Formats: sequence, C-alpha cells, structure tokens
Amino acid sequence: MRSSRFFGSGGVSCDDVADALPAIVDGLEVAELEVQRHVAACLRCQAELVQYRKVLRTLHQLRTEVLEPAPGLLPDILAAIGAAGERRAIHDLLNGRRVAYVGGIAAATAAGAAGAILASRARRRVHLAS
Amino acid sequence: MVIPSEEARLVSAAKAGDGEAFTALVKATQADVYTLAYRLTGNPDDARDVAQEAYLRAFRSLKRFRGDARFSTWMYRITANCASTHLSRRSKGRHEELSDDDNVLDERPESDPEIMAEARALRDRVTAALADLPPILRAVVILRDVYDLPHDAIASELGITESAAKVRLHRARRKLRERLFPMPGEEKARAV
Repeated sequence: MRSSRFFGSGGVSCDDVADALPAIVDGLEVAELEVQRHVAACLRCQAELVQYRKVLRTLHQLRTEVLEPAPGLLPDILAAIGAAGERRAIHDLLNGRRVAYVGGIAAATAAGAAGAILASRARRRVHLAS
Repeated sequence: MVIPSEEARLVSAAKAGDGEAFTALVKATQADVYTLAYRLTGNPDDARDVAQEAYLRAFRSLKRFRGDARFSTWMYRITANCASTHLSRRSKGRHEELSDDDNVLDERPESDPEIMAEARALRDRVTAALADLPPILRAVVILRDVYDLPHDAIASELGITESAAKVRLHRARRKLRERLFPMPGEEKARAV
C-alpha cells in the first residue's frame, strides 16, 4: 500500500489525492483546489495521473476492436426473431378474432333486442286497430 | 456500420413492420453487440445467449424506441441489461478469462508498426485486466470508458443508483491502474 506521507505542497496527502484521481482522470469531474495544488507540486501523483490517462486511452481504443461472432449467431438471432414475430402475429390474430367474436355477439344481441321491440310495437298497433 | 440517416430509415421501416429492415439492423450491429456481450460476460457461449436475448428484447420493444440516440447505442443499453440479468442468474464466482485465440478485427488505420505493436500489447494487457475484474466493476467500466454510455443510462440498465455506478467506476479504474501500472510499493502489497 502507499504511505500516508505528504509529498508536494498543501494540506492533503498523496493518499487523499489517490482517492480523487480515478474520478478526475476523464476531466468530467473537477478536483478540489487543494487536490489540484497538490498534484501540481507532487511528481508521484502526477505520475499516477499519467498512468490513469494511459489506462483510459487504451480503454477508449478497445471500442474500435470488434470480435467476429461465430457464423451461426446471425441465423440463430433471425430464427428467434422470426419465431417471436410469428407468435406475435398469432396472438394479434387471436385477439382480432376475439374482438370480432365479441362484436358479433353484441351486434346480434342488439339486433335481437331491436327486433323484439319492433315486434312488440307491431303487436300493440294490431291490438289497438282491432 | 450503417450511416445515421440510413439507420433512421431502417428503424422507421422496422417499426412499421418491415422484417427486412429489422434484419438489416441486426446485420449492421450484431458484431458490435456480440463484442460488448463478450466483454461483459467473458465467455463466448454467454455472449451468444446475451446477444440473442438482446435482439429479441429490441424486436419486442422497437415501437418504444424514440430515436433520441443511435440504434446501436440503444442496443448497447439493452445488451448491458441482458448481460446483467444473465450474470446474476449464473452462479457467483464463475469467471473465465478472455481466450487469446478469438478473432479480433482491428479497424484502426495503419500506423508505425512499432507503435502499433506496443499499443496492441497494452490493449491485450488491458483486456486481460478487464477480464480479471469482478463482473460488477467490469460492467461499469466497459460501459462508461469503452462504450461511452452516460452514468444515468448505466445505472438504469444495471439496476443501481447513479452514485453507486460512479463509485464502481472509480474502483474499477483504480484496480486496472494498480494492475497495469503499479506504483512503487503497490506490487509488494498485491503479492502479500
């Protein structure tokens, strides 16, 4: 482990700075002024920051490396999607039929009710006429 | 890789139910998705399962893709989520190293062979060091420092808070730095 000795200047130790370095290496977070001052004066912490930058740069470079997947991957993915697509189509179809079935029953019920009302009115007219 | 305007056209067509368009999107992104899955799981079989699951999820939720980000970025998020689920299902402690015989395509432009060889060697060391990280640290550092996903997206896909994602990232960076470039005193401490 690193020592708690103070290098450079200011009231913070190298250990304090070591905790801050992984956070500030990408420049998205700004170090406290004391930490900045310490790093500016401490060769050890400057060296450590350089190492962090090297790690970060190499990690960025990994983005350009692409592994070649096994030849069977694409057909497998497409087959799985095809199966999922078919299941969805069947599901949609069944849902559509269910809606049509319920709609048909509702329409038939409404037509029956309307027919009964009309028949009842017609009977009443006949009854009044006689 | 497809250009953004062509990608947007394919996404739009796929959303409208064009299966060929979705197939084209899969073809254009599958190597990238597989690579991310492999980096996150450290195992070709798991990577294959994760990639397949990721595309299935994408297919099922394509209508919810708003197009704010690139399709590939959206796929990275889904892949990260699938890998996280996959790894949590697996028994804890299982941890394979990346093998050396995988076919790695380098798309970088040619430059000085000596510098290239040096950079290649460092990338190999970083890859090995990544594989040795605990999966929870590895996922965060790969998604942030390799694939440039924002902290909130990483936190969301891994099911952790943003501050937890940052803490893990800093720990992962520190472990990588200590492994790759140990400072005086650190090597002895690691050996003990």
